[in-house]
Amino acid sequence: MKKDYTGVIKSLGAVFLGLLAGAVLMAAVGANPIKGYIYLFQGGFKSFERLGNVFAISTALILTGLSVAFAFRTGLFNIGASGQMLMGGLAATAVALTFDNLPRIILLPFMFIVALLGGALWGIIPGLLKAKFNVHEVVATIMMNWIAYWIVYYTVKAYFTAGLETETASISAAAQLRLPWLTDFLNGSYLNMGILIAIGSVIIIKLILDKTTLGYELKAVGFNRHAARYAGIKVNRSIILSMMIAGGLAGLAGLTYYTGYSINMQIGVLPVQGFDGIAVALLGATTPWGVFFAATFFGLLHAGKGFMSANTVIPPQIADTIIAIIIYFTATSLFIEKLWVRFKTKRAETKKIKSGGDE
Amino acid sequence: MEYIVEMLNIRKEFPGVLANDNVTIQLKQGEILALLGENGAGKSTLMSILFGLYHLDKGMIKVRGKEVSINNPNDANNLGIGMVHQHFQLVETFTVTENIIMGVEDGFVLNRKTAGNKIKKLSVQYGLNINPNEKIENISVGMQQRVEILKMLYRNAEVLIFDEPTAVLTPQEIHELMQIMRNLIKDGKSIILITHKLKEIKEIADICTVIRRGKVIGTVDVEKTTLMQMAEMMVGREISFSVEKGEYKAGDTVLEIENLNVLNNQKTLGLKNFSLGVKRGEILGVAGVEGNGQTELVEAITGLRKIESGSVKIHSKDITKYSIRRRNEAGLAHIPEDRQKFGLVMDYDLGENFVLKTYYQEPYSKNGFLKKDVIDKHAEKIIADFDVRAGKGVKSPAWALSGGNQQKAILGREIDLDTDLLIAVQPTRGLDVGAIEYIHKRLVEQRDSGKAVLLVSLELDEIMDLSDRIAVVNSGELIELVDNDESIDENDIGLMMAGVKRGEQQ
Ligand SMILES: Nc1ncnc2c1ncn2[C@@H]1O[C@H](COP(=O)(O)OP(=O)(O)OP(=O)(O)O)[C@@H](O)[C@H]1O
Ligand SMILES: [Mg+2]
Repeated sequence: MKKDYTGVIKSLGAVFLGLLAGAVLMAAVGANPIKGYIYLFQGGFKSFERLGNVFAISTALILTGLSVAFAFRTGLFNIGASGQMLMGGLAATAVALTFDNLPRIILLPFMFIVALLGGALWGIIPGLLKAKFNVHEVVATIMMNWIAYWIVYYTVKAYFTAGLETETASISAAAQLRLPWLTDFLNGSYLNMGILIAIGSVIIIKLILDKTTLGYELKAVGFNRHAARYAGIKVNRSIILSMMIAGGLAGLAGLTYYTGYSINMQIGVLPVQGFDGIAVALLGATTPWGVFFAATFFGLLHAGKGFMSANTVIPPQIADTIIAIIIYFTATSLFIEKLWVRFKTKRAETKKIKSGGDE
Repeated sequence: MEYIVEMLNIRKEFPGVLANDNVTIQLKQGEILALLGENGAGKSTLMSILFGLYHLDKGMIKVRGKEVSINNPNDANNLGIGMVHQHFQLVETFTVTENIIMGVEDGFVLNRKTAGNKIKKLSVQYGLNINPNEKIENISVGMQQRVEILKMLYRNAEVLIFDEPTAVLTPQEIHELMQIMRNLIKDGKSIILITHKLKEIKEIADICTVIRRGKVIGTVDVEKTTLMQMAEMMVGREISFSVEKGEYKAGDTVLEIENLNVLNNQKTLGLKNFSLGVKRGEILGVAGVEGNGQTELVEAITGLRKIESGSVKIHSKDITKYSIRRRNEAGLAHIPEDRQKFGLVMDYDLGENFVLKTYYQEPYSKNGFLKKDVIDKHAEKIIADFDVRAGKGVKSPAWALSGGNQQKAILGREIDLDTDLLIAVQPTRGLDVGAIEYIHKRLVEQRDSGKAVLLVSLELDEIMDLSDRIAVVNSGELIELVDNDESIDENDIGLMMAGVKRGEQQ
């Protein structure tokens, strides 16, 4: 079976145009774009530590991107990955701080489960609101983001601070996803077990979407609610389930971020990964592996930007601008798609003419 | 400068399908050209090219003798070409006037009054009978179509394309549309008409170009050609317009409806105290003017609509409280009225669509995992059995199929379920005569093999041809249930459809 590569081409086109625009900007601030990019990529690849950090940064992005992409494939817009991530992180952190005397082998799975449940709960509520009262999930998930924000704010203040008023106590080494041998091996990189959770999630979500009856149902509801209902699929249940899974994934992002990448939680912040997840999902054409590569690419830009600006006159904001431009091009990728389709038909025609025509 | 529009040697290819192969059509000013062809022959594609929705691969379009390039509907508008699509493109919450002036350059608010006047004038001129201030959501499908026609006229279209305009209309509305077309022609407009109904072509068209599998078979003078000849040109074989049925041997009752009360969308009773039984070995036809309870009846049986009171039984098992899935499992197949809304998941491929109701059962899945190879095999079988034509076979997404092939796909899926009860709603809407013949044959085959078939159709011919018994509905009530024998004719049924019982007829 021939595969359809339009999605991949579109994303690569967007990346290319983003990088091109970045080059123009670098030239505009008086730097050599080639040098700029060499430093940017060196910043991500130069050492094991840096490479590790690329993946450490991308871990949470993979999971939030996956959360958004999964919801999208089932016809839902999950703008609430931030809040779900917060709730997952809060649940995991609370367990880590409360049960710090449990052995690691029990504590980590415990944290995993509560993070999953915390995120899932934050997905179920908008799902329920949509299913029962037809409240649009965009509105509900944004609302849930702020509820999570304030829950974290007050719970942390009331129960989990140590020295500083604005963050939780640091979790014990046993509760961290970091592996000392890995950290040593990568010369102090932040890379942790979270990346395994992220990759495992990519594989499982791909399996669910492509191979299972559950995925079939959820996608059918996403494509055409009426036909799904006609076929006997419980539409409301599917919507709630989709949001629950999407929320769970974002909850796991919270686990990896707050107990792996970092070791405590700040209050008063909606994690930016939740919103970047939308971009990741878009760039990844809402497929699981697409999300993985898109998140890794964003991780690379984030990891390399400091190195770039340290070695050139290019400000690190250029990397963020590149990301923004890429998002812009992905969103407007209809244009790129058209170009690609035209190119394909042109080529097919030339081929036919070359092979002797058809009339 | 004899022709107003010429499309010369047009070629258009989609992945795996040559939709138009060296097609030539020529339209003279003031004439009606009919395009006739089987489902998937490439008629809509050809018209979409003329209207600037698709790009031609090869060939040439001439308007008033000059070669033109039409890259989008705007180009088409500027050349005086307008199109009424089968699925209307109107904004429901806007008024007629707003819909018509939307997208025309000369402003929105400022000219509403002058626009309203112009619309009224056009409406009178062509006998359209439209109230410009009515909202689209409040007017009938037939009226909406007239708004589409007005939209073209407002943009000064000279060449009007109609893609299957009558498929969605009631007989009365069809009659009126024909009159409107005559008025248009009288005024010097030219028309291209796509329809599957040969009678309509005979009634109104001047010439007819017949297309089969993307190629032109011939162009004929309608007056000198019989219906039979046109049908034969179109499908390449003889067509029988009558349906052959075995002897009527009704068995035990499969579907039993008792005292059903169901609300319609306006929250009033759409079905009142309705009782009916369908037996093995019969086709029971439900006849009625659109909107007299047919939709409510079907949706109440299939579980898509809530039942206020009364009961539905299949094989004496009360399924009134069953979920949709359990009803399906109890032995109910359903060819829905709206094939794109309910019948298919457009973004799923054929293989996936063919297991829409059975994906969770063995052998199509096991332990929650789909078995793609079994699903594809199953799809290949239905595609072959029901002659579903699709460019990429099992892997074709449903949206890439022509309307008729989508319908065949649904029919194939539902018959393949092999249930004792088959509910067929408008099963041949928008199909070519060959496909209609075929689908009628398959429905009769179901009956002959001892299945119970409930047929709901707005086409009285279809009801009369196929049914063993006819249930006539009016305002949600069963007016009468009659045997379809010599004692009854279309006129009797027509009167009953208007609410007059046989005893009261004189
Ligand atoms: N956008 C598309 N992509 C791929 N294939 C297409 C597309 N549109 C049409 N086709 C294919 O081209 C062929 C011609 O389709 P078209 O819709 O023109 O048929 P039609 O004559 O209008 O049929 P019908 O009477 O059923 O409406 C069909 O085989 C159809 O599957
Ligand atoms: Mg068509």
